[in-house]
Amino acid sequence: MAEHYNLKRADFIFRNENDWEKILSRTLEKDKQELINELISSELKGRGGAGFPTGLKWKLASEAVADQKYVICNADEGEPGTFKDREILTKVPFKVLTGMGICGYISGASQGYIYLRGEYKFLKADLEKAISEFEYYCKEINFDFNIKIFMGSGAYICGEETALMESMEGFRGEPRNKPPFPTNQGYMGKPTVINNVETLAHTFTIFKHGAKKFYDLGVQFSRGTKLFSVSGDTPKPGIYELELGMSLQDFVDEFGDGDTKAVQVGGASGFLVPRKRFGVTSIGFKGKLTGISLPTGGSMMLFNSTRSMFNVLDNYLEFFREESCGQCTPCRVGCQQLLLGIKAVKQGQKQAAYLDKLLKLTETMQYTAKCGLGQSVANSFSSIVENFREEMIY
Amino acid sequence: MSKKISISINGISYEVDPEKTILEVANDAGIIIPTLCYHKDLCVAGNCRVCVVEVVGQTRLAASCATPCHDNMEILTNTLKVRNSRKHIIELLLSEHNADCTKCYKNGNCELQELAAEYKIMSQDLIELVNHKNYTIDMYSPSIIKDDSRCIRCQRCVRTCAELQGVNALAVAYKGDHMKISTFFEKSMNDVVCTNCGQCVNHCPTGALIEKNYIEEVWEAISDPEKHVIVQTAPAVRVGLGEEMGIEVGTRVTGRMVAALKNLGFDSVLDTDFTADLTIMEEGTELLTRLKKALVDNDPKAKLPMYTSCSPGWIKYIEHMYPESLDNLSTCKSPQQMFGALAKTYYAKSRKLDPEKIVSVSVMPCTAKKFESYRPEMHDSGYRDVDYVLTTRELAIMIKQAGIDFKKLPEKKFDRLMGESSGAAVIFGATGGVMEAALRTAYELVTGREVPFENLNIAPVRGMDGVREASITIEKPLEQWSFLDGVELKCAVAHGLVNAKKVMEAVKNHEADYHFVEIMACPGGCLGGGGQPIPTNPEIRERRAKAIYEEDAFMPIRKSHQNPEVIKIYKDFLHKPMGEKSHKLLHTHYTPRKRY
Repeated sequence: MAEHYNLKRADFIFRNENDWEKILSRTLEKDKQELINELISSELKGRGGAGFPTGLKWKLASEAVADQKYVICNADEGEPGTFKDREILTKVPFKVLTGMGICGYISGASQGYIYLRGEYKFLKADLEKAISEFEYYCKEINFDFNIKIFMGSGAYICGEETALMESMEGFRGEPRNKPPFPTNQGYMGKPTVINNVETLAHTFTIFKHGAKKFYDLGVQFSRGTKLFSVSGDTPKPGIYELELGMSLQDFVDEFGDGDTKAVQVGGASGFLVPRKRFGVTSIGFKGKLTGISLPTGGSMMLFNSTRSMFNVLDNYLEFFREESCGQCTPCRVGCQQLLLGIKAVKQGQKQAAYLDKLLKLTETMQYTAKCGLGQSVANSFSSIVENFREEMIY
Repeated sequence: MSKKISISINGISYEVDPEKTILEVANDAGIIIPTLCYHKDLCVAGNCRVCVVEVVGQTRLAASCATPCHDNMEILTNTLKVRNSRKHIIELLLSEHNADCTKCYKNGNCELQELAAEYKIMSQDLIELVNHKNYTIDMYSPSIIKDDSRCIRCQRCVRTCAELQGVNALAVAYKGDHMKISTFFEKSMNDVVCTNCGQCVNHCPTGALIEKNYIEEVWEAISDPEKHVIVQTAPAVRVGLGEEMGIEVGTRVTGRMVAALKNLGFDSVLDTDFTADLTIMEEGTELLTRLKKALVDNDPKAKLPMYTSCSPGWIKYIEHMYPESLDNLSTCKSPQQMFGALAKTYYAKSRKLDPEKIVSVSVMPCTAKKFESYRPEMHDSGYRDVDYVLTTRELAIMIKQAGIDFKKLPEKKFDRLMGESSGAAVIFGATGGVMEAALRTAYELVTGREVPFENLNIAPVRGMDGVREASITIEKPLEQWSFLDGVELKCAVAHGLVNAKKVMEAVKNHEADYHFVEIMACPGGCLGGGGQPIPTNPEIRERRAKAIYEEDAFMPIRKSHQNPEVIKIYKDFLHKPMGEKSHKLLHTHYTPRKRY
């Protein structure tokens, strides 16, 4: 029997607080180990998509031995249907900068970077102003930490952490082999903590209010709150901070237009959930209910009965075909095959059974692709094809 | 050395070094894992994904070439999941590949074809992507053909051009379905910094990069009764050709190669080694002259160090990358072009032939030599000095086409007049060989004594280190060279253009004060040339080098200046090294080029 959680709104991230200086100086006085323990006990997981425990990441970087380390804020927000990082950087940049500073203190990095999505160039001037104010304060309290903005150039793949570092180093944005992981060898081969914008904003909440306050929100394995970018067939699109663990039914009751056929959770690289499974799907990291994970940063796209799921999938595949970096075979060729394959079925050039071959192909892509992009194409493909097979054929 | 860790592959335990990858450990254990993007000469890319294996406890498969082992790792290389995934990946590659194998130059020597055969890819399921793409074939380079429709995007060529050669003529362009291997602004290979070295050809697993072949042209010339077709063979060919004929790597096949060339119908089978010896006479004299001008006359025009000029890939490289240093290059033509110029003058005259009727063919371990033969300055005989340049591989194709059972051929000797050589000329085929040959002759010219090394083997310049340095102090020189008394002659040897760059930078930054530097464009020197049999890797090159030095050791004459045909040509025709005729026929000039 599935547990149900009512939709619980929260207001941490965008709450207007002017105390970042106090939080920063107060936190920097604390013992590093104590801060790591605090972060670990909050059970904050990365809000960029992969859901790696943030406390553990900082711990690993702090333990790495090197003459130079880095903190990178990943602001290459590119997942279709995600637009929360833009808002965070616009409204509450100091929370992010403070999170970076504290991370630098804990991990031993004196240099931070914000990798800003190319299309967010309009944020740059204001962000730079905030950075200079932040750096000025750091100097005042004798804290050696600087932040630079690095502009992306529009490739989706550069949101992948190692491709992002390649790009920053002046190379083609292609994901690296892992291991080594960035906490050991990241930017310029040095230990690097790379976190999503929202993750860093949450660390501010944790260091301000304590881990317990954060931990008490949400459910087991999915603690705290999360920003959701709500779009599609909804009367109230926008960004909402909600506790994790809600059922998708509750979400649709709140945001749907009364005719919601399906919800794409987690953007193009996420899953499509059809109406019949709303009640048994909860939104959070693995382990609860049906175990839908959040492969990306909280994009929620609602589709009503006027929408063709074929068109939806076609659109996603078109996106992946173009945004694959092209280096590994399963992703580069697989995406092309999937796209042409569903078109061929739709146009009757291939039989319906070809869809099953394509499903097998996505399985191979999931097992063998080099990075998260190629691995996660299977998510939307299989969830759409399996639930709306007839729409793919007729 | 770190502690060994224990892992298991397919249920059998192994104690291994933790630095090793799954692929290395499996190969050591005799377990074969298919690869495509992996190459022993290059850094790990991990992008073809055909080498995936299962690691117990992980849903995703691991690319064995890119995954280091860790303690208690359990690896499975032959599960249903692994086999199906590999098969799927090969199918995907084939769907993107112009798999018209029978019309491909690499038919029979293609790694993708081999894997397709191994995994029995019979299904027609996937959609052919080749037709959806506007593939182009770049045929403008006289050396290399680039056919994107046969490219599997493994990036071996890109890594070769960057890591081995430091040229970066080839790079990845675009992303997603448009991703391709391209050049600066997608220009032809002929119009970019490409040195024509052909290392990309040697490292390409498919037929995407191949040499431009001149097989039909040569057949036509041979069958023309009006033409007198002569052929010269470079030293490295005789230690590589056997590989193409199913003979073990590192076997010297000089006699059989000569016999085969005679069977093919060449009118005279001659040896580039003859002009290699001549090169030593010219270049050695040039070096000594430069030393005198620089050390005694303080002539600012006498530039040191002097760089060797035998390797046309290196010549094109320095023209693009260091045009300000062209005066440091020896003005000697490469042995191939010296031979070409003499073929239509000295040879024609001696044999009473009309040079117009002579077709001069060369067999080279090299693709850059094709470009070189097209250079406008290579017409000093009044004709095109070398008409056609074949690679070792092309010669092998001709031998097979002619129905010659190579293994059973009786050994034959080169024809006379430009067919005699010394051991010093043979070692031109290995990195350090030109240096060693030059020192053997120059030292003796200056002191009247043999170089002070056991059996004339100058060990410090041998080997496979990227840059090697040696020095030799000249003591008690003959009277005319007295200015060299006590001079420590500083030499360096570099092979692979990425190492050439190191030397050039060191000289530029005054960190090195060499007098004489040998540079070969290809790893291992000519024996690892872009026209040599495929595959190539460090072990293969070591074995070819060993064969070269054996060939030298067995030669009755070991020093260039003792080659009787060399002595004869100076007596009858050239008169003296760096003389007027030499200057006209054997020396050349260079062209500054831009990088973009």
